[in-house]
Amino acid sequence: MTAVSDKATSAGKGWRNRLRDKRDKRMPRIPGPCGVVIFGVTGDLATKKLMPAIYDLANRGLLPANFALVGFARRDWTDEDFGKLVCDAVRKHARTPYRQEVWDRLAEGIRFVQGTFDDAKSFERLTETLEKLDNERGTGGNHAFYLSIPPKAFQQVCEQLQKSGLARPQEGRWSRVVIEKPFGHDLDSAKELNGVVNSVFPEESVFRIDHYLGKETVQNILALRFANELYEPIWNNNYVDSVQITMAEDIGLGGRGGYYDGVGAARDVIQNHLIQLLALTAMEEPVSFSPHELQAEKIKVLSAIRLMQPLDDTTARGQYAAGWQGSEKVTGLLDEEGFSKESTTETYAAITLEIDTRRWAGVPFFLRTGKRLGRRVTEIALIFKRAPHLPFDKTMTEELGQNALVIRVQPDEGITTRFGSKVPGSAMEVRDVNMDFSYGSAFAEDSPEAYERLILDMLLGEPSLFPTNAEVELSWEILDPVLDDWASHGKPEAYESGTWGPGSADEMMHRMGREWRRP
Amino acid sequence: MIVDLPNTNTNDINKKITGLREEGGAITLSRVLTLVISLDSDDVLEDSIEAANFASREHPCRVIVVVHGDRSADEPRLDAQLRVGGDAGAGEVVSLRLNGELADHASSVVLPFLLPDTPVVAWWPKGGPDVPAEDPLGRLAIRRITNATDCADPLAAIKSRLQGYTAGDTDLAWARITYWRALLASALDQAPFEPVTSAVVSGLRDEPSLDVLAGWLAARIDGPVQRAVGDLKVELVRSSETIILKRPQTGITATLTRTSRPEARIPLARREAKECLAEDLRRLDADEIYHEALEGIDKVQYT
Repeated sequence: MTAVSDKATSAGKGWRNRLRDKRDKRMPRIPGPCGVVIFGVTGDLATKKLMPAIYDLANRGLLPANFALVGFARRDWTDEDFGKLVCDAVRKHARTPYRQEVWDRLAEGIRFVQGTFDDAKSFERLTETLEKLDNERGTGGNHAFYLSIPPKAFQQVCEQLQKSGLARPQEGRWSRVVIEKPFGHDLDSAKELNGVVNSVFPEESVFRIDHYLGKETVQNILALRFANELYEPIWNNNYVDSVQITMAEDIGLGGRGGYYDGVGAARDVIQNHLIQLLALTAMEEPVSFSPHELQAEKIKVLSAIRLMQPLDDTTARGQYAAGWQGSEKVTGLLDEEGFSKESTTETYAAITLEIDTRRWAGVPFFLRTGKRLGRRVTEIALIFKRAPHLPFDKTMTEELGQNALVIRVQPDEGITTRFGSKVPGSAMEVRDVNMDFSYGSAFAEDSPEAYERLILDMLLGEPSLFPTNAEVELSWEILDPVLDDWASHGKPEAYESGTWGPGSADEMMHRMGREWRRP
Repeated sequence: MIVDLPNTNTNDINKKITGLREEGGAITLSRVLTLVISLDSDDVLEDSIEAANFASREHPCRVIVVVHGDRSADEPRLDAQLRVGGDAGAGEVVSLRLNGELADHASSVVLPFLLPDTPVVAWWPKGGPDVPAEDPLGRLAIRRITNATDCADPLAAIKSRLQGYTAGDTDLAWARITYWRALLASALDQAPFEPVTSAVVSGLRDEPSLDVLAGWLAARIDGPVQRAVGDLKVELVRSSETIILKRPQTGITATLTRTSRPEARIPLARREAKECLAEDLRRLDADEIYHEALEGIDKVQYT
């Protein structure tokens, strides 16, 4: 997916690096000298994902020799204290084995800046630290700012970066900013947020992380669809009856209540992950895999998506109640710490979408997500129409369901095809069987974490796997009417933890003559 | 599990493979290639299987090890050993020992074990034939991996690769220096944007990776490339700076120095054969850059 170019960055226009060659597919691309600044170093994301991913990149030889990692936080820490935090995070969560020599080299470039977002002095110290690193470590004035902080602090941090001159574009250097979801809580707030970020960093320097796009299985959707002749001919409303995209979690909200109350499943998951998966599943073939072409196709399909009306019949929401999650007794949402007893925040959301294109007209796309469901799974299922004519007696095909193609995004990444097969024996009986391609178990050892891929792409300035401003705003446009409708009346239906969601979600499917898959 | 099948035939081995799979459930799924290892003796047998198992975790494959045994034995004889499950990475290992006249017909013995419709890769852990594509086992394969490093005369071996080259050939010595090449290429991505005018590659005399690295540079820059015997380092000279990437001979940390810039240190241990093998299995198309690097060796000045 990465368009490897043998041209150097804009700084060296006309210059061609003779040691690079498009045909040299063996050679990995190592980014140039740079430093990464993480705001919010003590958060879960930073310690569980970012720092381990940076180490894994170093361990795979994909970080430049001139690399620095700077932490920024309120704590009164020395460089060594921060280094220890990173080291612990790496030992605990890194994917690749711990190697002392790799860690030692990484540790040489680790710095800590103590400060707060409202204090201009702290950002002066940050500027000094980065300049010193440019001189001592040769990081070349290239800086990435990773905002692993609540969105309400984005504005302050962006402004401070601007004031301190760190965001200023300079010849031969780059400054990039990385932000994580949520990208706003509705269209207006998303626009405002984009306005704030874009007032300091131009759009091409903004990298929005949707970690789903960094997953191998998600990138494989493009390979499956566009590198094969087998699937694309049936990838349309002639053969596809409906599409179900599911992201189910088995965990609840213990500890995350403060953030989640008032946000809910639709904003937290559907707006970003599920709509991105939908876009990749439904989009037309891009002319090439250059970032621009890919985004053009995604934007086209996103702007053709409509909610199926009336919303009260085609959407469902729920809230988990107490129950048994497997073998463990768990409490309901309203009893979780940090939630009010009257909270109407949904932990389960299902919506029905249509796509107004020739390819997809008439095919409903069902998107659902929830917490405390039966098991943790993310999958995209294309359910095919029944064969128009079955030359068998009804008794022969009683056990035959609809054919399905399932892309298992996580866990146990892979692809399953379900089709009918004759049951051995003298009678002609047809029953569903599965054919399985398992990506995860076979290729797991070298399959990089989503964050490794995304951080590397960001350092290389390769934007293919990052949603743009326009994509974010379009997905809010799709979702906003549902959120307004839900806010205006009713409340989520309680469902028992450890089940597959509220009864109203099943009724929603039954109204359309369909069933949810049990993933 | 390890199953020995002394004095057997290919039919029985195949039946045993199927039997083991049925007993143990579907132990092998979605294998992407068959890796054929050709050996003349047992001395690197276990190392080779270990490397293949390591690579098979990235590229699930069936591994077939062919050991050419005693050619002078009166009776042709086939001894086999099967490894599955914990003893065999992500696939299965079929070891075949060929004695007597059979030793000259390795390709016939291997043929029944090739997975249907999947690519075949041949690997010679010790050196390799002069023209890999014309070797009986090499002829079955679309990718042929030799190992010049493990030869009596590594320099002669790597120099002769060009003559025996067929698209699809590659040598582990080439994979060994991938990260060196990546670091050098990445260094040239930065200012000053000037062409490289000359280069020096130095290191042990018997390290063919350096010869092919020098060949690669010679093929790509306009200027002389020297191959010297001495400390391990690569030097690229541009008009306003010199880039030096060096490492203690057996060290694990390399240093990248550039004129008037801070020195940078980076982990860069010598790559083991198994890592090189895993990299070589990643792509099965012709490696044109390797071919150009072999051609470049002719232009290298040996000092």
